[in-house]
Amino acid sequence: MSQLGDLYQELILDHSKRPRNFGRLAGANRMAEGFNRMCGDKITIFVEVEGDIVKDVHFEGSGCAISTASASLLTGAVKGKTRAEAETLFENFHNLVTGAPTPGVDFGKLAVFAGVSEYPARVKCASLAWHTLHSALAAEAPEAEPVSTE
Amino acid sequence: MAIASSGIGTADIETASAYDVERVRADFPLLRQTIEGQPVAYLDNAATTQKPQAVIDALVRFYTEDCSNIHRSVHRLGERATEQYEAARGKVRTFLNAASEREIVFVRGTTEGINLVAQSFRSRLAAGDEVLITGLEHHSNIVPWQLACEATGANLKVAPLNEKGEVDLDAYRGLLGSRTKITAFAHISNALGTVNPIEEMIRAAHAQGVPVLVDGAQAAPHLPLDVRALDCEFYAISGHKMYGPTGIGALYGKEKWLERLPPWQGGGDMIRSVTFEKTTYNELPYKFEAGTPNIAGTIGLGAACDYLQALGRERIARYEQTLLAYGTELLCGVPGLRMVGTAAEKAGVLSFTMAGVHPHDVGTVLDSLGVAVRAGHHCAQPVMDRFAIPATTRASLGLYNTRAELDRLAAGLRRVGEMFR
Repeated sequence: MSQLGDLYQELILDHSKRPRNFGRLAGANRMAEGFNRMCGDKITIFVEVEGDIVKDVHFEGSGCAISTASASLLTGAVKGKTRAEAETLFENFHNLVTGAPTPGVDFGKLAVFAGVSEYPARVKCASLAWHTLHSALAAEAPEAEPVSTE
Repeated sequence: MAIASSGIGTADIETASAYDVERVRADFPLLRQTIEGQPVAYLDNAATTQKPQAVIDALVRFYTEDCSNIHRSVHRLGERATEQYEAARGKVRTFLNAASEREIVFVRGTTEGINLVAQSFRSRLAAGDEVLITGLEHHSNIVPWQLACEATGANLKVAPLNEKGEVDLDAYRGLLGSRTKITAFAHISNALGTVNPIEEMIRAAHAQGVPVLVDGAQAAPHLPLDVRALDCEFYAISGHKMYGPTGIGALYGKEKWLERLPPWQGGGDMIRSVTFEKTTYNELPYKFEAGTPNIAGTIGLGAACDYLQALGRERIARYEQTLLAYGTELLCGVPGLRMVGTAAEKAGVLSFTMAGVHPHDVGTVLDSLGVAVRAGHHCAQPVMDRFAIPATTRASLGLYNTRAELDRLAAGLRRVGEMFR
């Protein structure tokens, strides 16, 4: 049961019930869709990139508590970062949820996802938004192909 | 003395007719393990079932004592293997009450059984013909027909479901017509638990001269089966859903239909003679069994048939019905829970949503309490679409489940409601 508390921390429950930056982003010039076919989770990420800076990120979609909270916290974490910094954060986040956190990295609020590593079946839920962001940033065209974590 | 012995006699009869679930549980070694300090409450039986020791022993015995190829060896091991393999065919014949062992084809599972028919049936389909299925099918009874339709220009028709998750029988009858070349439907829905009125559906199809394939994957573990009484042309089952091994199943086909259909895979054992100019096919059922089959799995499937027959399939069905009724009532009392699939006739499945909570979160919380359920679309995305939901949580029952396990499920769901409120 203690492990379950590690997974569903207050911050995660809070963001899953009241996701931040939820809804379309008027100034978005990058967009990507992500699916987790196993559970039907669906997410759309809207990004406003100015030069090399991720100026703003929004998302919409439906999913489990982990995937919704992850998307919500992602929007706050990457805002104002350079594209390269956002990609590095994705890499670090992935290492965190798969149980091999990069030493010395300050995860800030994202540290609440450390508990996911005890639940291999839920890693895809936690990383769906990040894969989708990656796809949006990688796209030169305004719209990227849908990504899937399956 | 006379009174005493008559008393013992009565007790014996009662013991024989009562369903002793604790004794049944003792046959399943996996159920002895604990998860999070509690005995595992395995409620994912529609995905796969646990195996009784008798099935495990049959597999071990084959590999330890009798391992050999079948139908081709003159040595004693080969004879023993062949004998056991064919004995398993006899057991499956009895299990389904088929007329002859020639009508039992061993396949990997229900999926392969349906693919066999759908692929062999292509020779009987042409542009404008129709294949009729229903809205509650598993992907395995949709995609093989889509492939057959794509290859031949035939059209796939779908009989819709009502709000309770039952097939709309009037719509089904209306869709049967002179263009319909075959109809295929599940006996029991894996996602909703609906028991289709297949006797009626088969009669309606036959009235139009349409042959019928029944997907029996979910029915085999729950109901006594009699393909001759049903009169369907094909009936497919999976070993692993009826307490047998994975990777083995059986397709029943009426002899005249199996004779009519061309083989679907070529190879050893399915031929009578081969030259580079011409090959003649083996007799039934070997015509459809190319290559060395899953011999151990087949023998294990036979052991599973024996196990279910010995326990009594009517008794199992009765016990599971009381369990389902108990679980239904219990879950309906959980705040925020909505049952998905409320057919009048159901078996084995409690599929539901929890207000504001994704099934994956439900599944994870239940897992932490040692309760194993399935969360997802259950390989039946059109069913989820019908109810406008991405997924459900599904608790599916087996012959070893208990009321206490369902109590733990309900308690876990109340906890889910509190956590995500």
